[in-house]
Amino acid sequence: MDVKDFNMDDADVAWCPGCGDFFILETLKETLAELEIKPDNLVLVSGIGQAGKLPHYIKCNVFNSLHGRSLPPAVAIKAVNPELTVIDISGDGCMYGEGGNHLIHNIRRNPDITNIVHNNMVYGLTKGQASPTSRTEFKTNLQVEGVFLEPFNPISVAIALKASFVARAYCRDTEETKNILKKAIKHKGYALVDIFQPCVTFNKVNTYQWFKENTYYLEDSHDPYNIEQAFKRSMETDKFPLGIFYMNPDKRTFEENLEVYLEDKTPVYKRRVDMDKLERLIASKR
Amino acid sequence: MILVRAIKMAGYHVFSSKEYMSRVRGGLNSTEIRISSKRVAAYVDRIDILLAINEGAIGHLGRRITKNTQIIGDEDQLKSVTGEYNVLKIPVLKSAEELGGIIFANVIAAGVISCMLNIPPEVFDQIIRGMFARKGEKIVEKDLQAGRKGYQLGEELMGSKDFKFEIEKDPSVKDELLLSGTEAVGLGCLAGHCKFMASYPMTPSTPLQIFIAENGKDFDVIFEQAEDEIAAINMSIGAFYAGARAMIATSGSGFALMEEAVGLSGMTETPVVIYVGQRPGPAVGLPTRTAQEDLNLTLYSGPGEFARVIFAPGNFKDAFELSHRAFNLADKYQIPVFILSDQYFAECNYNHPSLDLSNLVVEEHIVSTTKDYRRYELTHDGISPRGIPGYGDGLVAIDADEHDEEGHITEDLEIRARMVDKRYTKKMKLIKKDIIPPELIGSDDYEILAVGWGSTYGTIKEALNHLGWEEISFLHFKQVYPLHPDTVNYLDTADKTVIFENNASAQFANLIRVETGFEIDEKILKYNGMPFSVEEVTETLKSIRGL
Repeated sequence: MDVKDFNMDDADVAWCPGCGDFFILETLKETLAELEIKPDNLVLVSGIGQAGKLPHYIKCNVFNSLHGRSLPPAVAIKAVNPELTVIDISGDGCMYGEGGNHLIHNIRRNPDITNIVHNNMVYGLTKGQASPTSRTEFKTNLQVEGVFLEPFNPISVAIALKASFVARAYCRDTEETKNILKKAIKHKGYALVDIFQPCVTFNKVNTYQWFKENTYYLEDSHDPYNIEQAFKRSMETDKFPLGIFYMNPDKRTFEENLEVYLEDKTPVYKRRVDMDKLERLIASKR
Repeated sequence: MILVRAIKMAGYHVFSSKEYMSRVRGGLNSTEIRISSKRVAAYVDRIDILLAINEGAIGHLGRRITKNTQIIGDEDQLKSVTGEYNVLKIPVLKSAEELGGIIFANVIAAGVISCMLNIPPEVFDQIIRGMFARKGEKIVEKDLQAGRKGYQLGEELMGSKDFKFEIEKDPSVKDELLLSGTEAVGLGCLAGHCKFMASYPMTPSTPLQIFIAENGKDFDVIFEQAEDEIAAINMSIGAFYAGARAMIATSGSGFALMEEAVGLSGMTETPVVIYVGQRPGPAVGLPTRTAQEDLNLTLYSGPGEFARVIFAPGNFKDAFELSHRAFNLADKYQIPVFILSDQYFAECNYNHPSLDLSNLVVEEHIVSTTKDYRRYELTHDGISPRGIPGYGDGLVAIDADEHDEEGHITEDLEIRARMVDKRYTKKMKLIKKDIIPPELIGSDDYEILAVGWGSTYGTIKEALNHLGWEEISFLHFKQVYPLHPDTVNYLDTADKTVIFENNASAQFANLIRVETGFEIDEKILKYNGMPFSVEEVTETLKSIRGL
């Protein structure tokens, strides 16, 4: 397959010129093409924010849901039709703020979906307020004296919950990001990929230059199956490590655990109600 | 339930309703059981026999106990009951303790009444076996002993006083179903092809969640306990998007959390069925009591404007059929459809003739998509054929933002206006052709018209039967929104109209006024958490007639 298979030629892209989201869009298209995932078998589910618009710029099935609420429909879509590839696209405000509870519990649920979070450490769509991942002392129109809340660390939280796949990428490193995304999408189970992505309009601190200087890649010797090591590395914030922190491939997925799929793999949406069985259930109420 | 089942199996018509405190165990709780030679499906105040398991029962039931009430209970528990009351003392609790704990008191009490009703002990034993089989042979044996003890106490009681029960049996009752309001809804949902339910436990909707979870494997339904109500409804909308008919079950405050996603269903035109078991609010309110307070909440839920349908079943047949219909309508019009129940209705039981599946059709509204498929194609009637991902050659894009025909975000204001016409105006026009008319009970030639909706059906109907007046009829609404166009004609025909509602602001009467301009004369409102009783409705109607 070719990247062009995913192009939406007439899309009116709403992002600012130079936005980090453009890199994620192109990298994701390349990833999908290389993985041979067909547009009609792919569902991108998103929330609200600049990241939430991404599915409109890729040719595929789209569920652009409410702010913070992309995971619940994503997990349900996968449960009802496990034959689909389901990717959740969200941002740091949407996923880590508004949708935080769903993040925690879907890590526990472990649906076989990929959760991509664009992390630019600021609210773009609402014009420049702090996000859960904004660094301390970051000044905004609402945090006028600067942020004093402890920044949310999605990588540590996910590892603490024994998420089945936890990674961080930086959008400008397109090849490395593509490699991480490929592994995440192929991984059986819930995969979190937090992608650093500069907001060129509202974040004058965490710029392309800043991300370049403040990130580095985990060494090849890093053992992603060692949860203690993974957690320790996730706590580093002087310079942020990039790459796959942790993998827990033995976990059963949500779909595998569902009673309806224990004996029969036919997607639930294809099944019809057995009226004879219902007749018997009614008769049992005598 | 043992006793209710025994009564039914013995061939009596039976109705039961419970009221209880919001506690894990204990508190002052009561179950009302009516035994009748004719069909009964309503709550009454009158108590003929009170089996009081603890001391607080007498005070708790208050004025419902009269000198005609036969009180039966343990000596220790009835010490404070003196004078004008009619008391018979039997050692229920004492016998239970002898058997191994007060946990057996209920079975003993059921045995006492069962004996007094002359129900064959074999019938009683069989029910015990059926109900406790899962708990193992030891427990079954203990409960059988408890039942026999109850029968023994019952025989002694009958020997000590001349009781006469003249209730005619109806042998056909034995073969009928014994259902709860919850089961009637649940069976309708299964018949309506429900394949997915995500929910968060909340009284009085939890029993429906349990019903679906228990039957999930046999009927291919995925049940998932969501992390919160917000997740629950968003999951169910996702499931419907992907092709599985889906629902959620909740109550007032839980539904309040879901409101945003009702708008998502409206905006994305993704169907969803929403069951709301009402209880008194606001906020946490009275968790285990009954109310009809959330009509407004469901009617106006969600930002913006879009079409919706609200059902409020009043009897088990309606509960079954409307729940089935809810899925067909949601799918057909691609809208949220509500089933409004309440604690009283969800948790009452009565015998009911079989439920007929033969006329129930599961309509197929999903289309296989073609390459040029557009999810929101503008059609003359406002309904765009609904495709699902992975079924056909097309792509299915839906968006919570305003969107174009392809489902992509837009700020084209011309398209915006056309999408509103589609989601609201055109759909409402179509839905209005599908409204279930209100049911008129009684003569067409009435002077007084009593009006009710939802769970008050059985009570108002029985009150009218008692009165037996030709000049009064009852108009019951099982679909409360949109209103049937005949509504105003029914109301205009009456000299006097009176509505009964379990709320303080006459929500349905207000809806009728808004929709038709008709002001109902008398609004009888009850909002203490208990359902209307047959006596209350009867007395109210008498006073309205000046009697």
